[in-house]
Amino acid sequence: MYFDSFQAAMAMDGHGVFVWSAYGISVLVLALLLLRPWRQERRVLRELATQWKRSNQPPRGTNHSQANSGLSREGSDAPGS
Amino acid sequence: MWSFFHKLGSPPWLYRISGSILRWLLPLTLLGLALGMTWGLFFTAPDFRQGNSYRIIYIHVPAAVVALAGYYVMATAGAVSLIWKMKMADVALRAAAPVGAALTFVALLTGAIWGKPTWGTWWVWDARITSMLILLFLYLGVIALYEAYDNKEAAGKACAVLSLVGTVNIPIIYKSVDWWYSLHQPASIKFTGPSSIDPSMLYPLLLLIISFYALFTCCLLMNMRVGILQREARTKWVRKLVGL
Repeated sequence: MYFDSFQAAMAMDGHGVFVWSAYGISVLVLALLLLRPWRQERRVLRELATQWKRSNQPPRGTNHSQANSGLSREGSDAPGS
Repeated sequence: MWSFFHKLGSPPWLYRISGSILRWLLPLTLLGLALGMTWGLFFTAPDFRQGNSYRIIYIHVPAAVVALAGYYVMATAGAVSLIWKMKMADVALRAAAPVGAALTFVALLTGAIWGKPTWGTWWVWDARITSMLILLFLYLGVIALYEAYDNKEAAGKACAVLSLVGTVNIPIIYKSVDWWYSLHQPASIKFTGPSSIDPSMLYPLLLLIISFYALFTCCLLMNMRVGILQREARTKWVRKLVGL
């Protein structure tokens, strides 16, 4: 540890304002950079789930039997709902 | 070799592999950033001329280095999507732009904050700083251009062209401190010949440069996962993924 006390580390011989604001803003920007796609991904997955529950259309590019064989749960859920 | 490239073009594979990479890379990145910043802030001696303000270097340099490297990634993705029409390259291009923009912004901002106590000014219109500002506008331009088109295929093409044209700026940024007289100091870390930075300051800086690279990779992959889901929203594998 280079600094003697917490106060000294905060002040940094008069450069504390610059150093701490630079680190603070940077950490904030980096945190937002990581949080944004994480939240977006969860939102997209949630939206897709609700979208498909509403419109029970088969997915593009696959025929019906294939889609159903791949999704065992769909068959058991569909008649009840 | 070719099968690897083939897999790279496969959205489900990319989505799955990025998930398993992020699971260990993301914690490692956060650890590296926390360690490096603590090291740089508290466990290094101050610069003999600049005092404690030099500690900003531990964010400024990694952010600037990776902001530049990020442009290569974006431009390469642009070239691949133009030449081979690879959909995932288009996704990568769009994923890289906001990360690069944020890192360029951090580099410029920390540079301005560092400049005040060191040079006595927040901003000068010198070659290095101006070319970095152009880099920021290039990143923002790619983001804005994509949003400006309704036809997303045309948008991807336009962004790819813009990102390729913008690469002329990269060597200018690298060489700006050598070509023009500048307030900005030349590089202290050299791969050829000895570095002009003390090892005790170099090690935390290297740790943070590596961590920023890892951070870029994490953000790129996370953004790509969102892009893949949006693009593939109507396919069978995404439907399976959601659990329907």
